[in-house]
Amino acid sequence: MPEHETAGQHGSPAREVGDFLRRRREQVAQRWADTPLFRTVFTVSRDEAVEAGKAVIEALAAVASAGRVEDTEADGFTVVREQLTRTAAARSRAGAGSAQVSNEVDALRPPVVDLLVADLSQSSAEHVRECATAATVLMGTLRLVVMESALNEGRALIDRQRMELLETATPVIKLWDGIVAVPLIGTLDSARSQVVMETLLESVVDQHARFAILDITGVPTVDSLVAQHLMKTVAAARLMGAECIVSGIRPAIAQTIVHLGLDLGTVVTRASLADALAYALDQQGSGIVDPVSRGAVAR
Amino acid sequence: MLRLGDVLLVTLQGDLHDSTAEQLQQDISETIASSSTTGVVIDLSGVEMVDSFLGRVLAEIAAKAGLLAAQTVVAGMRPAVAITLVELGLTLPGLRTALTTEDALGLLAGEASPYRSRGTRRESP
Repeated sequence: MPEHETAGQHGSPAREVGDFLRRRREQVAQRWADTPLFRTVFTVSRDEAVEAGKAVIEALAAVASAGRVEDTEADGFTVVREQLTRTAAARSRAGAGSAQVSNEVDALRPPVVDLLVADLSQSSAEHVRECATAATVLMGTLRLVVMESALNEGRALIDRQRMELLETATPVIKLWDGIVAVPLIGTLDSARSQVVMETLLESVVDQHARFAILDITGVPTVDSLVAQHLMKTVAAARLMGAECIVSGIRPAIAQTIVHLGLDLGTVVTRASLADALAYALDQQGSGIVDPVSRGAVAR
Repeated sequence: MLRLGDVLLVTLQGDLHDSTAEQLQQDISETIASSSTTGVVIDLSGVEMVDSFLGRVLAEIAAKAGLLAAQTVVAGMRPAVAITLVELGLTLPGLRTALTTEDALGLLAGEASPYRSRGTRRESP
């Protein structure tokens, strides 16, 4: 882009555009306030839309004056990044797709270029063309910044929700004095196993539990990694002085474990949560379990 | 280090350096040998950080105590410490564990406590 090479010199197209934006701030902002993007986001008052538009124009002018019309990381954008993110987010919430938001941001370009060309009517055709190109590139960069901010916002939301899901999906239940259980539901991955391990061990300390039951009835598949995580949890619980019981291994999973050649020999396993509880109660000597059907048969 | 009848209570706190660990192991061995100690309780509730070195020290203390006919119980290990040890691959097989020092003492005394049946529990190899 030629305007980029000559940036910094006096009278370069980028600088010219920056000056123009400052000069015509009010007019551009007034025109922007009528575009779909500003009209739909700032529904309360037109003045608010004009103010927001002025802030964006100020930022664009700073970027243009610095000669960084193609740079989405330009310092000038940091001031308005949050505002742009909010604007894009508001449009997304209103049901606009990312392509539509992108087009709406693009609709901000014609007013700027029209005003610019009108402003430079005395200059040579060559100069006008260069300035118009610089303005177009600048508006393209703005579009990129908006989309980038919107995407980052989306990604942050997904991350936050994933963390929330991790926390809510692993409740530790106190079944009896000294017995806690974690019913695991859904696929276990490394991150989730880590959370399970941590919450389980924390509750072992809090509840003063001597027995911890890991119920995997709701886990659809078990691979070597998941089995390894289970073993780790069991080993860590043992180090803390609690016994870990794995319950709810379904026939298909049992078969998989055997096929994979995984050794769960050091882990106490029971067919169901009830059997595991019976085992733990028996070991505690609570005297509640009927000695005939103490559930130990399932081993 | 504290002697409670037949039991030797060792409380570890903060960082354990090479020299102090060496000294500790020696002290424990000598105390067991020179008295009628039948059990050693290592209280780890004050330890927040752990490395492979501490894991090895624990295993060595247990092995030495075992040679001198005393049982070792590790008590009060924090979740973070347990997780780290497991991640390091140090599951300390053969070492007995308890939630608190009290439980460990009960375990060693073989009382008719809730630990009744756990006293005989052994890790399979």
